[in-house]
Amino acid sequence: MGIVKTAKLIYDYIRYDENEKEETFRAIDGVDLEVEPGQFIAVLGHNGSGKSTLAKHLNALLVPSEGTVWLDNMDTRDDSHIWDIRQEAGMVFQNPDNQIVASVVEEDVGFGPENLGVETPEIWKRVAKSLEGVGMTAYRKHSPNKLSGGQKQRVAIAGVVAMQPKCIILDEPTAMLDPNGRKEVLKVVHELNREEKVTVILITHYMEEVTDADYVYVMDHGKVVMKGTPREIFSQVETLKAYRLDVPQVTLLAHELKESGVDVPDGVLTTGELVDALCRLN
Amino acid sequence: MLKDITIGQYYPADSAIHKLDPRVKIITTVIYIVSLFVTNDWIGYLAAFLFLAACIKVSKVPLSFILKGMKSIAFLLGITVVFNLIFTPGEEVLVTFWKITITEKGLEMAVRMAIRLSFLIVGTSLMTLTTTPNQLTNALERLMKPLSFMLPVHEIAMMMSIALRFIPILMEETDKIMKAQMARGADFETGNIIVRIKNMVPLLVPLFISAFRRANDLAMAMEARCYHGGAGRTQMKPLSYRGNDWVAYGVMWGYLAVCIVLRIVF
Repeated sequence: MGIVKTAKLIYDYIRYDENEKEETFRAIDGVDLEVEPGQFIAVLGHNGSGKSTLAKHLNALLVPSEGTVWLDNMDTRDDSHIWDIRQEAGMVFQNPDNQIVASVVEEDVGFGPENLGVETPEIWKRVAKSLEGVGMTAYRKHSPNKLSGGQKQRVAIAGVVAMQPKCIILDEPTAMLDPNGRKEVLKVVHELNREEKVTVILITHYMEEVTDADYVYVMDHGKVVMKGTPREIFSQVETLKAYRLDVPQVTLLAHELKESGVDVPDGVLTTGELVDALCRLN
Repeated sequence: MLKDITIGQYYPADSAIHKLDPRVKIITTVIYIVSLFVTNDWIGYLAAFLFLAACIKVSKVPLSFILKGMKSIAFLLGITVVFNLIFTPGEEVLVTFWKITITEKGLEMAVRMAIRLSFLIVGTSLMTLTTTPNQLTNALERLMKPLSFMLPVHEIAMMMSIALRFIPILMEETDKIMKAQMARGADFETGNIIVRIKNMVPLLVPLFISAFRRANDLAMAMEARCYHGGAGRTQMKPLSYRGNDWVAYGVMWGYLAVCIVLRIVF
């Protein structure tokens, strides 16, 4: 079985209207997901597609209304494993300010290991290594308030890495960042995946971020509506547009060229590929 | 204006005071405050001043940085001084105008109060400037440990450290909301004090909403990082006294002894 697996996952938000009447809203509707260790998975969807709710299920912040989520063979509904699950599946959230607990970078990175009851010398080793891994060693004594958004997000990633998770779930980690910050964060995440073999589940609505993923899930209204490799997904430009998702500019250009009769392949992902395809034309 | 408040803001520097055990700094601060109220003559204040000045010098925190924090409480200080000045009864009247009389005793009290309060504030902000909020709460947790049978000590310490971490963020947010409202014609700068306070009310609603949203996010992020209260938790920076800390305790008791002696002698 994969490291993360969901079967017929359903989640209903319950809200009460003015007359105290119960109303349910189905945020996730029958999602089946399977992630193998070491994979880089992307989950795409526009606002309200249920992708963040899905993310919160993967480390037991939410438990399913129906269906099951397994993380490394542990059922998230089983309370006795809850801390193991959260240690193995680290989570990085959207707002960098709201997930940094301490007022000094290194203390924040140490927060997770402290909670796990790791011995002091080992905490220091882990903190040094995680900060090194995200390239923030130079800032270890700084206050998080003075860092840029991308740097704060890298600190948050280091905080998760210090817990030595098998899997990292990033819930729109770049949504509040400028383009430079976005690049920094993605670079770090890819390095972690490649070098430390950490499974990554990246939740996003930026299409450019998923072109390097191993496998992509597209969500809409709580359902998985498309899945496949990035190439398979991006060859279906019209379908993506129907789900209100933007296609990377190159892919869109290639698609429009093809529509108007130029012979280029489907699902072009990078500028290089398109250049190659165009040069081959004569 | 809001950025001037330095209380709860750590000033990173590499000094002997920064490296002291936070418990030493807390106890010394408490003793210092006590000494300010033990003292009641000018030579005592001189001793308090010298002690504070020496601490500031050693701490390597720029004086201007500390004084900036004073600005925000200048108003409170002003009120205290004026009240002492006007309402202290005394024999020797210095000035009388309209219904107000200023006595010599009143003047003396006012000056004393000003000195005490400003030393107190500078002293405590020196502590928070040289100690990270986490160290501070660590120390409080340790110092309050004997009370843990009746108080949730760990939880209180955690709440305090989070409050301190979010003060600058909420300040910035208040600034942003103020500017957004000023851009739409809100007026925070004219009118008397009551009008101004009334004008501040519309700030509170968005600020509270955002504070609650942040609290919710942070709680979730903490849970995701396995936070489950104080049980079974280890510390990255556990507190243990070293040579310098005992020296500092020595200096502190020495200072207190000087204050007491001065009080008795003069």
